[in-house]
Amino acid sequence: MAVEETLPPVGVHGMGHKIRRKEDMRFLVGKGTYVDDIKLPNMVYLAFVRSPYAHARIKRINVEKAKSIPGVIDIITGEELEKAGLAWIPTLMGDKMMVLPTEKVVFQGQEVVAVIAEDKYAAWDAVNQIEIDYEPLEPVIDPKKALEPNSPIVRPDKNSNLVFRWEAGNKELTEKIFKEADIVVSQDFYYQRLHVTYMEPVGCIAHYDPVSGKLTLWMTTQAPHVVRTVFSLVAKIPENKIRIISPDIGGGFGGKVYVYPGYVVAAYAAIKLGRPVKWINTRSEDMKSTAFARDFHIHGELAAKKDGTILGLRIKVISDHGAFYGDANPSKFPAGLFSICTGAYDIKAAYVEVTGAYTNKPAGGIAYRCSFRVTEAAYTIERLVDILAHELGMDPAELRLKNFIPPEKFPYKSALGWTYDSGNYPAALKKAMEKIGYYELRKEQEEKRKRGELMGIGISTFVEIVGAGPADLFDIVGIKMFESAEIRIHPTGKVIARFGTRAQGQGHETTYAQIISEILGIPVEDIIIEEGDTDTCPYGLGTYASRSTPTAGAAAAVSARKILDKAKKIAAHLLEAREEDIVFEKGKFYVKGYPDKYKTIQEVALAAYTNPPPNIEAGLEAVTYYNPPNMTFPFGAYICVVNIDKGTGQIKIRRFVAVDDCGNIINPVIVDGQIMGALTMGFGTSFMEEIRYDENGNIFGGSFAEYLIPTAVETPKWELDKTVTPSPHHPLGAKGVGESATVGSPAAFVNAVVDALWHLGVKHIDMPIWPWKVWKVLREKGVASDE
Amino acid sequence: MVQKVHVKIVINDKPYEADIEPRLLLVHFIRDIAGLTGTHIGCDTTNCGACTVILDGKAVKSCTMFAVQANGKEIITIEGLAKDGKLHPIQEGFWVKHGLQCGYCTPGMIMAAYQLLKRNPNPTEEEIRWGISGNLCRCTGYQNIVEAIKYAAEKMRGMS
Amino acid sequence: MSLVYPAPFEYFAPTSLKEALELLSKYGDEAKILAGGQSLIISMKLRIISPKYIIDINNIPNLSYINESEGYLRFGALTRYSDLEYSDLIKSKYPLLYESVKHLADPIVRNWGTVGGNVCYNHPGNNLPAVMLAYNAEFVATSLSGSRVIKATDFFLGPFQTALRQDEILTEIRIPIPKPRNGGHYIKLERRVGDFAIISTAVNLSLDYDGTVREAGIGIGGASNNPVKVTKAEESLVGNKINDNLIKEVGKIVTDVIKPVEEPFGPPADYKKAMAGVVTIRAIKQAIKRALGGV
Repeated sequence: MAVEETLPPVGVHGMGHKIRRKEDMRFLVGKGTYVDDIKLPNMVYLAFVRSPYAHARIKRINVEKAKSIPGVIDIITGEELEKAGLAWIPTLMGDKMMVLPTEKVVFQGQEVVAVIAEDKYAAWDAVNQIEIDYEPLEPVIDPKKALEPNSPIVRPDKNSNLVFRWEAGNKELTEKIFKEADIVVSQDFYYQRLHVTYMEPVGCIAHYDPVSGKLTLWMTTQAPHVVRTVFSLVAKIPENKIRIISPDIGGGFGGKVYVYPGYVVAAYAAIKLGRPVKWINTRSEDMKSTAFARDFHIHGELAAKKDGTILGLRIKVISDHGAFYGDANPSKFPAGLFSICTGAYDIKAAYVEVTGAYTNKPAGGIAYRCSFRVTEAAYTIERLVDILAHELGMDPAELRLKNFIPPEKFPYKSALGWTYDSGNYPAALKKAMEKIGYYELRKEQEEKRKRGELMGIGISTFVEIVGAGPADLFDIVGIKMFESAEIRIHPTGKVIARFGTRAQGQGHETTYAQIISEILGIPVEDIIIEEGDTDTCPYGLGTYASRSTPTAGAAAAVSARKILDKAKKIAAHLLEAREEDIVFEKGKFYVKGYPDKYKTIQEVALAAYTNPPPNIEAGLEAVTYYNPPNMTFPFGAYICVVNIDKGTGQIKIRRFVAVDDCGNIINPVIVDGQIMGALTMGFGTSFMEEIRYDENGNIFGGSFAEYLIPTAVETPKWELDKTVTPSPHHPLGAKGVGESATVGSPAAFVNAVVDALWHLGVKHIDMPIWPWKVWKVLREKGVASDE
Repeated sequence: MVQKVHVKIVINDKPYEADIEPRLLLVHFIRDIAGLTGTHIGCDTTNCGACTVILDGKAVKSCTMFAVQANGKEIITIEGLAKDGKLHPIQEGFWVKHGLQCGYCTPGMIMAAYQLLKRNPNPTEEEIRWGISGNLCRCTGYQNIVEAIKYAAEKMRGMS
Repeated sequence: MSLVYPAPFEYFAPTSLKEALELLSKYGDEAKILAGGQSLIISMKLRIISPKYIIDINNIPNLSYINESEGYLRFGALTRYSDLEYSDLIKSKYPLLYESVKHLADPIVRNWGTVGGNVCYNHPGNNLPAVMLAYNAEFVATSLSGSRVIKATDFFLGPFQTALRQDEILTEIRIPIPKPRNGGHYIKLERRVGDFAIISTAVNLSLDYDGTVREAGIGIGGASNNPVKVTKAEESLVGNKINDNLIKEVGKIVTDVIKPVEEPFGPPADYKKAMAGVVTIRAIKQAIKRALGGV
């Protein structure tokens, strides 16, 4: 039963318009198509037996009891996959990962045996009946210890736990600067392990047609084309006989870029059994085995003059990678884009080094809206700058304003090699300060402090780097990070546009339509956007790291302009005029000076098929593979005000002002939605989210009962504002924005808490800032209240 | 011999009958037997609320109920809200106020809002936030969901 | 690990208490009573327990009611948290009980979870056991051989253990109607809304005209494996005029008495200990306000 639109149509709306989303109808009436909603005839279900141990040798697997459960069809072990050459597969970073183990397990929750049954319940009954004898081995939990010479080795195929060593910057110059500085501040930070907990767990359905030899996978993936290429190479199936479909995806945030063992086993089983195979993670499985995020042990130092001028930055990181190195980082950047850590400041000398270690934990690192490690980078520099300000007794806003890269210095080449396209950091910070009443708050804080009340103000002025990326620097498994847009106009003037990206809630069906509507003057209702089917969509690298607007949005603009060029030629032909004399305005072509004699874009489209000019092909379409000339550099200024309860240590967020600058905006409502969602994630990160392991590798935080994400009750009310500093190189002047708030907000929260306690001698508290961590500090400083 | 129980459950005014195992969760009955996949599964510890439906007038997390318990009862799911081809005010509110992004938590969130507004047609912002405290969302940060429910409440008060 | 579908079981939906009790007698410890199911079903899905027989008591009449009679507030064991939350009687006259159910879990779970289920499960993080201790509540347990009354102070034996016999069903919960000028408050310190308690305090007080405490009940939940009735603190209050020093004293006693269990990744024991005192003091102050006629 079709639901009619209860609201009037939108018409032509381009950049900057707050139109309702086109994709919403199906979600509102429960007709979204997520992977688990799809049912194929003859379909069977896959469930995994997972390891209870973090590190153990597999001595024996007994499946006899499980086989006798009614409805069980097959049981697959690593031994069987090994014979098919699939026990290990390459990762996106040039490492390998186990699909199913053959000799030992390497993290708690790892897939060990796959059961396939007629229905879900039978599959799980069988999982419960499989007996595995393990010989526990000493697990490697601490990444620092993992790098010591006598550590047990995590990987059976390696002889050390070192994943990579990466450095950037000028080590000698930085050392010299540090020696000569008036003041050096240093601090250890642990950016804790998180899980992004998209609301839809990971899963897939694999279907193999033995007659055509075609393998189709419906998959929760943010990068269907890349996965298709990898699958083709790994399974040795011709790439044009693999079709990956990302249907509606219930949140991705980077956690759905990885290739998971379940995808491979489901595909293998589908081919073997000749029946479609469905595999969906339960939430607890998902939290224990899919891509974690962060887990950086950071040592940061800032060198400065005593007047607050920052001279140098030095950071050393040990990065915990779990058992496999499977990040979807651009291949030349094993530590992602961490080198953006000089941030908004004109720092002349910097040196960073990151060492990655294997541990007995699940693989991951690049997930949870991290923008390729920009979350870790921004957190580090913004915390260090705040510590410097407090050490010098300078106002943290003043110190920042003193050190910002001034607007006239753009494009700006940073000490670590990035060329920032545009920015106006002072404007953003000043706007945030005005909106929150900064100086009044500082006065209030001083008065409250005299009465023993604890109030804190935290600032974060972050710079983001998104839109991966230019071909000279960026590739994933060798594939350059261009992005594609194919736009076609039908004879009756309706449009279909297909992209290589894949939204998981970012609203591409609306925003891409707005771009096309802006350029071609066609109503948004007449433009259909498609993503996610590798058979029909042009090749793209997918949606993550805030890259879609910078790359696919650009491609859409370029394709639309190509179409406009051809349309002009057709219009000239129809109006019997010269092409140079044709003006295009609001969907109409007319001869300069004669606006009443026009042809609409729809009439031109029809002519493209019925009356094309001689020497011009019929049709009206264009495809663009856009190679961005540079990254885009969105930025922002966040200010947070907190009160601390001296009795319980609980933190109350009194206000949070977020001023974001993502260049020219396509749809302000959608942009604000992205920012609020990411701020809420930053809030959870700062105060309640963490995954931990005990010394035996047992996970804490492996379900929604242990791992806490914010609800509507404690989530603060966000106050949003904007500045607009367009990108000079992007066809629409736009930048990305999806991850700005997870990048920028944690430092604002932590800076606020530390600011409230600095006068007591507190320099840092690691996230998540639980009330008892604060209480411990209050107690030590003798200010904890008994009531 | 595995016990099978014969159940008849009315969902969105339509009866569904089947012989089921007692352990079949209500959410699986709704999704797999009735074929109504708008109700989603987001967790396994009754925290997320994506599976929320209305059973005999009261919201329930359908993953934490056996289908046999719903025998002879009436259920409303997200698919049953729009009437005569028109969106329910709550659905309209979510659309107008950008109360959804990926859409996965949305059906459960809307059904929770339905229960809230039935009990309290004029809720304050705080009451709305408490009213949806059993529904987790990772995309929106809740602020627009609150606005969507305010919009719906106002429209529904105007209609009654 | 991570098993998320319950094991098979046989299901009964008796329509009378007698029928339910007969089934319970017949199947003994292989059977479990299904009331709200908001804790039981999770345990079954995770296969922490896999009972062979489930006795669904939701169709038994006369197990859900709220009334006052013969000196007691009585409610049936099948009374849902939301029934209490939306009862004018509970809101106006039993603020401690009201506060303890108002924010328990979340509004949807509250539609189905029952008070009877909460106390019989006795999860260390549950809200209601400590409330029952503070109210000096009594439980009516019914078996085929009749009913008996169990005092709350005798009911909670340890984590997930109560004095309820295998062949008994909890049918009614009673709270002695408090003396006049009564106030109460419940504070639950939690990591996040809907979570189990880090620590919770349940305070019930009745005052005389001159501020003398006539009766006092203080229950602490979440601190150790069983709810704690802090009798020492109650005794220090009864018969004395309420004042700030006395309240501070009570806070100290509570902190002293509580011996929290250290959890590997949870709040440290010394935090819980200190917080027991802090939240009790805050709850007492709020209870006094109510007792004196404020809200």
